[in-house]
Amino acid sequence: MDHPFIRIENLSYTYNAQTDAPIPALRQINLTIARGEYLSIVGHNGSGKSTLAKCLNGLLIPTEGEVLIDGQPTRNEDALIPIRTQVGMVFQNPDNQFVTTVVEDEVAFGPENLGVPRDELRRRVDDALIATHLWEWRKHSPRHLSAGQKARLAIAATLAMAPDCLVLDESTAMLDPVSRRNVLALLQTLHQDGLAIVAITHFMEEVVPADRVIVMERGQIALQGTPRDVFAQHETLDRLGLNLPPAAAIARGLRQRGIDLPPGLLTTQELVRHLTQGKGAGA
Amino acid sequence: MTVIAELQDIRHVYLSNTPLATVALQGAALSVHQGEIAALVGPSGAGKSTLLHFLNGLLRPRATGHVCVFDQDTGDPHSDIVALRQQVGLVFQYPHQQLFERFVGDDIAYGPRQQGHSHEQVTETVRWAMQTVGLDFETFVDRHTFSLSGGEMRRAALAGVLAMRPQLLVLDEATAGLDPRGRREIHHLLRHLRDEEGITILLVSNDMDEVAELADRVTVLHEGQTVMQGLTREVFADRQRLAAHDLDLPAAGEIVHALREGGLAVDLGAITVAEAEEAIWQAMTR
Repeated sequence: MDHPFIRIENLSYTYNAQTDAPIPALRQINLTIARGEYLSIVGHNGSGKSTLAKCLNGLLIPTEGEVLIDGQPTRNEDALIPIRTQVGMVFQNPDNQFVTTVVEDEVAFGPENLGVPRDELRRRVDDALIATHLWEWRKHSPRHLSAGQKARLAIAATLAMAPDCLVLDESTAMLDPVSRRNVLALLQTLHQDGLAIVAITHFMEEVVPADRVIVMERGQIALQGTPRDVFAQHETLDRLGLNLPPAAAIARGLRQRGIDLPPGLLTTQELVRHLTQGKGAGA
Repeated sequence: MTVIAELQDIRHVYLSNTPLATVALQGAALSVHQGEIAALVGPSGAGKSTLLHFLNGLLRPRATGHVCVFDQDTGDPHSDIVALRQQVGLVFQYPHQQLFERFVGDDIAYGPRQQGHSHEQVTETVRWAMQTVGLDFETFVDRHTFSLSGGEMRRAALAGVLAMRPQLLVLDEATAGLDPRGRREIHHLLRHLRDEEGITILLVSNDMDEVAELADRVTVLHEGQTVMQGLTREVFADRQRLAAHDLDLPAAGEIVHALREGGLAVDLGAITVAEAEEAIWQAMTR
């Protein structure tokens, strides 16, 4: 295949475009996302992250430009069902997403409506429940799950559609630290299994495992690159009001105090490795 | 320090006497002291949000348990719940569930109007509440509630609660979903409310970094029970016990522990990034 998995060409999106108070949310975005890529999107509230996410599976149709999924423009209504099967969305508040009263029915709902045959349906539902560690909850009501379980259920329901890509719009924002870690570990496993991940987050430490991060500002891409490259741009990040991941913030402070640390340190493990090797360097 | 809210042995079962009965609280306790920023933490499903409902009489103790908030015993059917709801302001997790008027100004004015204040007093209160949360009065007063961004919605919901002039402000995940700058602004605002307006604050948070940054004292809830209570630094000093209750240290705390395990003789008390940086610097230059 010569076309990229997702290609965004000159994408602009304006809310209330037809009125006298249009609100431009995205301006002339160009971006490609490769099959199996793990992409993280950060930026302010109101910078256009969620709008961009909603353009990825045709929930929003570009005001200008094109979004092509596997070569198919989201503008093409006939392609919307396959596009939404390929690109699954998981929102921040899963309660808004649930439609049934039993966990396993919730997971089955999407593929069942697509007419997936019985045996295949059973297999997909079971796989999704097992992958998200919800098997023992399958007979419960989604209402009675904890926030972390609900987030995983929203992911399970999307996985049962057998997508090529998961788009997560701040799906960890409401979670406790352990549930958040579980969801992140799940995303990494799914990524290793070949799924593309597009994850929007405000937690800078969640960006670290991504292949690439884009920083949105006022509807445009202000910065992009590997997490290491992006988090090395301290001045730009400061200007955009974004944080460094904690280990990177500590490394930056220590470097300013004269401790010999390489730029681009991101994780606790890296910090430990450099500080325990270079012990005494500052003395 | 004066205790303004004391909750003891709180129990609550959702859908009790049905096959779907779920135990939310089984012996939870919480105390809030005048003038502090207190934090309530615990893994999701621990019962944090349910416990908050006992603070202003949305839920009341029945057979067991005791709640005393601003000298009102809510277990007593004659307690003045109306007065209590004015004193205790609850800001919920999802601001859009709290906003219901079409225009921002009307939404914030709803409480004071119910209290029967004059038009001028209401306008003055709305203006104060909006300026306090950083929503410019002229710009936002006539805005449609649902045209607000996530951060603005949170501020509007907070302003609506502040307009009731509460003495205790309770926030359920006040900064979840906000960008780092928005989070810092809310932190600044909460400190301002406590220091300048004398409002006591209880926040429920899943963000241990935020708790380390803001809170004087922490209560840990796990499976419906209160399992730890104390000064923030004391609670975060017991990493093993927190882990047993499915909680982490603040990121800075996890980092200094990892450094110690890696062989650096660093002090383990750091709970913020600035403290960790200082502790590591001390260890490196000793």
